[in-house]
Amino acid sequence: MPETITVTVNGTSIAVPPGATVAVAIALAGAACRKSVSGEARGPLCGMGICFECRAVIDGRLHCRSCQIICQSGMEVRTDE
Amino acid sequence: MSSLTRTQFDVLVVGGGPAGLAAAARAAECGLQVGLVDDNPALGGQIWRGQAGNTASEAAHWYARLQAAGAGVLCGTRVFHQPEPGILLAEGPDAALELNYKKLILATGARERFLPFPGWTLPNVMGAGGLQALVKSGLPIAGKRVVVAGSGPLLLAVAAYLRQHGAEILLICEQASWSSLAGFGFALLRQPEKVRQGFSLRKQLSGIPFAPSSWPVSARGQAAIEEVVISQTGKTKTIACDYLACGFHLVPNSELAVLLGCRVQDELVQVDDYQQTSIPGIFCAGEPTGIGGLELSLVEGQIAGLAAAGRETAAGPLFAEREKLRRFARVLDRTFTLRAELRGLPLPETIVCRCEDATCSQLAQHTSWRSAKLQTRCGMGPCQARICGPAAGFLFGWAQDSIRPPIFPTRFENLITSSPEVEHGAITGGRG
Amino acid sequence: MTALIYDVVVVGAGIVGAACAEECARQGMRVAIIDRDVIGGGATAAGMGHIVVMDDSEAQFALTRYSQQLWQQLRPELPPDVEYEPCGTIWVAADEEEMAEVRRKEKYYGQRGVPTEVLDPQTLEHLEPNLRKGMAGGLLVPEDVVLYPPCAARFLIERAQAAGAELHVGCAVSQIGKGLVRLAVGTEFSAAVIVNAGGAWASALTPGLSVKKRKGHLAITDRYPGFVRHQLVELGYLKSAHSTSADSVAFNVQPRRTGQILVGSSRQFGAEHGEVDTANLARMLQRAQEYMPKLAELSTIRVWTGFRAATPHKLPLIGPCPGDPTLFLATGHEGLGITTSLATARLLVDQIAGRNPAIPVGPYLPSRVPAEHAYA
Repeated sequence: MPETITVTVNGTSIAVPPGATVAVAIALAGAACRKSVSGEARGPLCGMGICFECRAVIDGRLHCRSCQIICQSGMEVRTDE
Repeated sequence: MSSLTRTQFDVLVVGGGPAGLAAAARAAECGLQVGLVDDNPALGGQIWRGQAGNTASEAAHWYARLQAAGAGVLCGTRVFHQPEPGILLAEGPDAALELNYKKLILATGARERFLPFPGWTLPNVMGAGGLQALVKSGLPIAGKRVVVAGSGPLLLAVAAYLRQHGAEILLICEQASWSSLAGFGFALLRQPEKVRQGFSLRKQLSGIPFAPSSWPVSARGQAAIEEVVISQTGKTKTIACDYLACGFHLVPNSELAVLLGCRVQDELVQVDDYQQTSIPGIFCAGEPTGIGGLELSLVEGQIAGLAAAGRETAAGPLFAEREKLRRFARVLDRTFTLRAELRGLPLPETIVCRCEDATCSQLAQHTSWRSAKLQTRCGMGPCQARICGPAAGFLFGWAQDSIRPPIFPTRFENLITSSPEVEHGAITGGRG
Repeated sequence: MTALIYDVVVVGAGIVGAACAEECARQGMRVAIIDRDVIGGGATAAGMGHIVVMDDSEAQFALTRYSQQLWQQLRPELPPDVEYEPCGTIWVAADEEEMAEVRRKEKYYGQRGVPTEVLDPQTLEHLEPNLRKGMAGGLLVPEDVVLYPPCAARFLIERAQAAGAELHVGCAVSQIGKGLVRLAVGTEFSAAVIVNAGGAWASALTPGLSVKKRKGHLAITDRYPGFVRHQLVELGYLKSAHSTSADSVAFNVQPRRTGQILVGSSRQFGAEHGEVDTANLARMLQRAQEYMPKLAELSTIRVWTGFRAATPHKLPLIGPCPGDPTLFLATGHEGLGITTSLATARLLVDQIAGRNPAIPVGPYLPSRVPAEHAYA
């Protein structure tokens, strides 16, 4: 079991403990997860996968609920689109 | 074309929190082929999130029973439709699933109720359970300043947990009054287990200010919350903080029950003594039948599991315990009723529907949920009104629309049923 | 009970009723609009909100083109939430047979002053990269538009109210005719003219009308800006709209200003309830996915149904109802309610006020369709 997993958030490498979710990686990167319809920065609200505020682009796929996805080594996360 | 994996169970349990775990374990121990599905990456629901590694926990006890009894587990799996009785369609991590069942147990749990107030959409303003879930998922909280607010016993459990992990809990704000809480306290005295928990919590929370009749008035900050303004028994004060963990008690996740046509009253799924809903063969246990906490969920789950397995007589001995715990649940309900002042929290420009950024003043122009929905698109976003629905219900008194499939957003191709790949009973036991 | 007295009472606050009420009120008539639910709660809420010229018949073309131009004239006054988007329509040709149809349409529209452009496969792919490879081409109709109908209906109602019209929503109607509209609660409205703009419920209000319910399904995705840029319709759409008995589906997707993709279309006769029909939905989505394979991966967040008001001759009913000099009909618009609402209102008021209509009204007169006309 590796000590940390490395993913990239908006091009920056972020190290997280194994089992951490992508939402945590985004938080560690100091980024918000998404921009709302009116342009507000948003982050996780419910923590259980139902509010959809934690959506980010993971490996090119839009609208992934980052609080429900465990970080895998090499994942590319983008919140800046 | 998407492929469909077909699975077959004697008893299908939807929801892997305490109620679902207890139900699935009991039914499997009766020798039936049982499947348990849950949306989250691992079992435990909310209260037992992240408990997998803790072998001494009650959660681990139930996982072990589940595994020993050979129940099949499907995590990361979201039910989105019932095309016909006896079948549920779900989206799994790799494929769509057709879940065939003879008996169904709904253990879909509850979610936090969110009420809008100025600044509630700022990053790092989360639910109380929400922040706890993030920390359980690896968010570092040590040394961070947290204000916990809202309503319900969850606030105390969250504050204790966060403090254990190094957070600095600055204040716990409960909107209920001292007199409501005192009534709750007396009710607790009748439940020895609760008293023990209460004392333990008190110890864990010693030194943290606790303010009844208090609520957040606004959250302020640039990129994230920097301070929260609290109304505390009529006076406002401003507290600098890193996180605001704010949730106003719980609402039941009854969408699947409604989709299936089960009788629901005041948002609660109606069940008989054996936890059977108005539809024969469909059972419901835990929070959707009434918010009542962990022990009640475990008891109801066991009754449902035994009844679904045809072992009603074995369920009987659990009735007394359930009745005792239900009395506690009714007190919970009364204690944490939301006060009217909270309706005045949102300003006209405060967002109520976060998916579509519909504001309070936009909604207030309407006299019904349907009209508000059509004109502002509130409730039409991916959360399917799970967040804004209870808020609009509290603010404006609006009842929700009827439920349609998909009851959870799903990949387009999953709504196209195609020739299934038959995989009879192929999902085997394990934590998934 | 004393009846309230009006020049015109419009029953139905969908897009057609709203347009009629606005036109009547602007002409100085004393107007009441009545609806049993909310503004635009029927097909107006459910449908795809397109403004599209159609060439199914001369009468259909005349009505859709006239109305499209009225929408163009109204455009500067529309508020942002109506989301008027002149994205155009592309009629997609899957094979050479359909390309022949494209050329026929191009000629037809060209002769009538509607700008179009024939697209070869390369241009089509450039304009809509998410269409399946191997299409034969298409026809772009740049003046077609999409908008958000519930807000458009509300806008028209507000204009009517500004001109003095009264709105009564949440008022179920139990009887209309002979100068009287009676609500279920008993209130009576007395009117020189009653307009039945009841859409799919028009026949419930006026028994014997040849208007039947035609159910449709729709699905909408999460936001994927740029995934589709024009309203896309398969040329087989008309075959689907033509069939008067069979259930049918056709490829029809529409970009919303939100970036969400609205997917249709399906048609079913004889369905009385609005529940989602899983099999029909699946066929509709499958058809869409055949044309746009990348739809497969998109997060689909809502599915709903609606009822179109269908007539056997595929034209709306606009004009006096035979047998009752006080009753006018403005219903039966099938899938073209949004498009033809403004022209419907003009032609209706032309007939009420005795004005010269801009196009012949003959084809839409209710008297031309016998009651209980058999559906072919």
